[in-house]
Amino acid sequence: MGKILRRTFLIGTAAIAGGVAFGAYKIRTPYPNPLEDNLAEGESTFNPFLKISSDNDVTVLVPRAEMGQGITTTLTALVAEELNMDVADIKTEFAPASYAYFNSAMLEDGAPVPHFNRSLTAQATRTAMGTVGQVLGLQVTGGSSSTKDAFDKMRLAGCTARETLKLAASNKSGIPIGELTAKDAMIVLPNGTTMSFGELAKDAAQLSPPSDIQLREKSDWRILGKSVARNDMRAKVTGQDIFGMDVDLPDMLYATVKMNPRLGGAMIKFDATEALKIKGVVKVVDMTGPQEELFGGGIGVIATNTWAAFKGAEAVEIEWAKAPYPPNTDAIMDVIVKAAKTGEGDNLRNDGDVDLAFADAPRESIVEAEYRVPFLAHTTMEPMNATAQLANGRLDMWLGTQAQTIVRSDVASEAGVAEEKTFIHSTFLGGGFGRRAEVDVPRYAARLAKHTNGKPVKLVWTREEDTTHDMYRPAAVGRFRARMGDDGIPRAVDMRIACPSIVGSILARTFPSIPAVGPDNSITDGSFNQPYDFADYRVSGIKAPLNIPVGFWRSVGNSYNGFFHEGFMDELAVKSGMDPLEFRRKTMAKHPVALAVLEEVAKMSNWTAANIPGRSKGLAFNLSFGTWVAQVVEIAMVDDEIKIENVWCAADLGTVLDPQIVKTQIQSGIIYGLSSCIGQEITFDDGMVEQTNFDSYDALRINQCPNIEVTLLENAEHMGGAGEPGTPAAIPALANAIFAATGKRLRQMPFSKEVDFVS
Amino acid sequence: MNLSVNGQTIDIDADPQMPLLWALRDLAGIKGPKFGCGIAMCGACTVLIDGEPQRSCTLPVGSVEGQVTTIDGLANGEALHPVQAAWVAEQVPQCGYCQSGQIMSAVALLRDNPNPTDTDIDGAMADNLCRCGSYPQIRAAIKRAAKSQSET
Ligand code: FES
Ligand code: FES
Repeated sequence: MGKILRRTFLIGTAAIAGGVAFGAYKIRTPYPNPLEDNLAEGESTFNPFLKISSDNDVTVLVPRAEMGQGITTTLTALVAEELNMDVADIKTEFAPASYAYFNSAMLEDGAPVPHFNRSLTAQATRTAMGTVGQVLGLQVTGGSSSTKDAFDKMRLAGCTARETLKLAASNKSGIPIGELTAKDAMIVLPNGTTMSFGELAKDAAQLSPPSDIQLREKSDWRILGKSVARNDMRAKVTGQDIFGMDVDLPDMLYATVKMNPRLGGAMIKFDATEALKIKGVVKVVDMTGPQEELFGGGIGVIATNTWAAFKGAEAVEIEWAKAPYPPNTDAIMDVIVKAAKTGEGDNLRNDGDVDLAFADAPRESIVEAEYRVPFLAHTTMEPMNATAQLANGRLDMWLGTQAQTIVRSDVASEAGVAEEKTFIHSTFLGGGFGRRAEVDVPRYAARLAKHTNGKPVKLVWTREEDTTHDMYRPAAVGRFRARMGDDGIPRAVDMRIACPSIVGSILARTFPSIPAVGPDNSITDGSFNQPYDFADYRVSGIKAPLNIPVGFWRSVGNSYNGFFHEGFMDELAVKSGMDPLEFRRKTMAKHPVALAVLEEVAKMSNWTAANIPGRSKGLAFNLSFGTWVAQVVEIAMVDDEIKIENVWCAADLGTVLDPQIVKTQIQSGIIYGLSSCIGQEITFDDGMVEQTNFDSYDALRINQCPNIEVTLLENAEHMGGAGEPGTPAAIPALANAIFAATGKRLRQMPFSKEVDFVS
Repeated sequence: MNLSVNGQTIDIDADPQMPLLWALRDLAGIKGPKFGCGIAMCGACTVLIDGEPQRSCTLPVGSVEGQVTTIDGLANGEALHPVQAAWVAEQVPQCGYCQSGQIMSAVALLRDNPNPTDTDIDGAMADNLCRCGSYPQIRAAIKRAAKSQSET
């Protein structure tokens, strides 16, 4: 890490830990436009998001990772709307790594305050968090924040460019700017003659934009709010080499690594004799890095092709040291259960007086439950990979990453090269889900590049290495109790949730010098911040002390808190004798946006009608990443096996920029969630992950995929995200449907431990 | 050794045990077929050999006889294959990584069964994993391609 980044991150951690606002330090200084140094002949740039060539090519720079969410389309649409062009007429390029592309929305949304809390203190905390993103220049794709972060920035990029082009045309033609219009990459004069953006760009780029610019009103949108044909479809149906996996460079070598399967454990010794006999194997190197990176020991095999590298890695004889955590799943879960029972934690929600409410509670009014979920791997479709070249004092990296500037600073320090001499060339990502926000694989590639005499080297993980060396979704345990009131509404709800801290794990390996202090709101994200009202309502998050690497996994804390909270709410609805929909109407009565998605999903699923014989439905709600979601899952029992027939989802993320893309993202999140709860779990034995590939860690297949219907509402005042909010509610909605069908209450994932699914 | 790929004969120097996938990708520079699992569990590497879908990650290159077709050779110049065109029309790909395998499997399905039912589709496509969950669009695109093929 660079010194500045380290210092600023300390401030950041302070802000994360305590919601401290910090002053004008660096906040007002805009970052320089990174495009300025690298313009081709005839190109002009107006801001970090846009360049125009003298041939009239208009190019939008996409600073976020494209990993399925159609971001190259939606971000281009924001610019196109203001330029008055069509998306199809604009070229896109992935932006370089630059602090100018910081994402502040992600951290704002990650503030430890519920989305619906808009008090001054809550807003100040949000602003402080967003400023951290800005000061650190965090160019990250995550937290379902890309469109939200870009919404103003990229419209402004288009709008200021349009107005400066008009100004240049006005200067040239002598016609007042107010009489000019922009259309199809032309400035149109009142008499109908045109001047192309390309011929004006050079002059325009020298001008300051007019100060009275105005973004187009929503009511005047031509493109935004409508479904646009995605601009990455052709590349993605013709098998073009667009992924990190496909990078091909002259003289390139191929490599794989094999790190200690006991995660973070050392390597005692290795013998490469047999490996070096394999045709194509060039070199075997020790990949053990500095202690503080926490990746443990291992080897890398450099070869002339991937297959030789894979075979070589198998042939190296290695003696591994022990894991820095208990060796098997039972012992690991014991640590988490103990934390849940007796650990000290934070109470990010603490309404009323829970202890008092339980002190005199009659036994029959109390409901108690314990829930648990396992570790999960991301298994992106494209196994981890990265290509690196270290030559002539510069480091070039080709990869798909969700964290360009963090990767840049990490690989620069790995290779001993200045950040200014380190270049990140972004590719498409064959899935991200949070896994590609990590720095381990880029770091390994840079480390390998030190052994290839300036030749590029492409590191590709086997699927086995990928599944067994993830930064996992943490296992978690929740212990809940409620006291029912006389009216059937719970009076008190008390939830204790324990898991290894994701933020702590990430800080430890990404910013090793910084202690992870303060609460980690990801532990209870999806429980502490739900829009339910109970007189006494407490949600405690407890960090379980475990050194198993954990990370961001699609919807993060919501991926298990959605299940915990909504599973338990369903239990309380049953106890109250109320229909689950009615129960939620009563307990979320103060939040019309929540009620509207509930009513909508009830309508879509025909909730109040009698079930079709042999079928049952379950309902769940979740508010995450600013998006209000209600889902109903319908299952059918087929010879004692469960078939998921339908999923209905109503989601409100406020302003919707591209309905089709958003719906598809929600659908994708639903399938990701169902995949996890049906059968996925990561278990440990002898310190090693037992699942290795899709034969032992599978996901939903087309034959198991239900019909999915998504309706979008736009009642919410603030914009929400699309990539993650589909995931959380799908899981409890399925569990609740299974309860309705079988009377069996599922409190553990995966559900396949207790029920069978049609396969 | 010689391989016939997408109508061209290519000459590569490969260990006959090397899986066809890596021979194509690393030696011949044909990057359409993707690596997903290496054990015939995900379908990302699917190619056609004499029209039959095969998992190229487990197929030793030395055993390959016949015409290999990969996604790279499916379009006719600028004109997309009807299955690819249906994929664009239904906006199927999300990240896109599984899609070359999905499309090759769909091409094989439609050749054998020009009017597949949902059950036929499920049966033929269940070995192709999509971690992004593009299955509903895949179903729709296969039906669309079936329709467009029957109309021409
Ligand atoms: S890579 Fe061949 S089936 Fe997965
Ligand atoms: S589109 Fe991403 S894996 Fe299928």
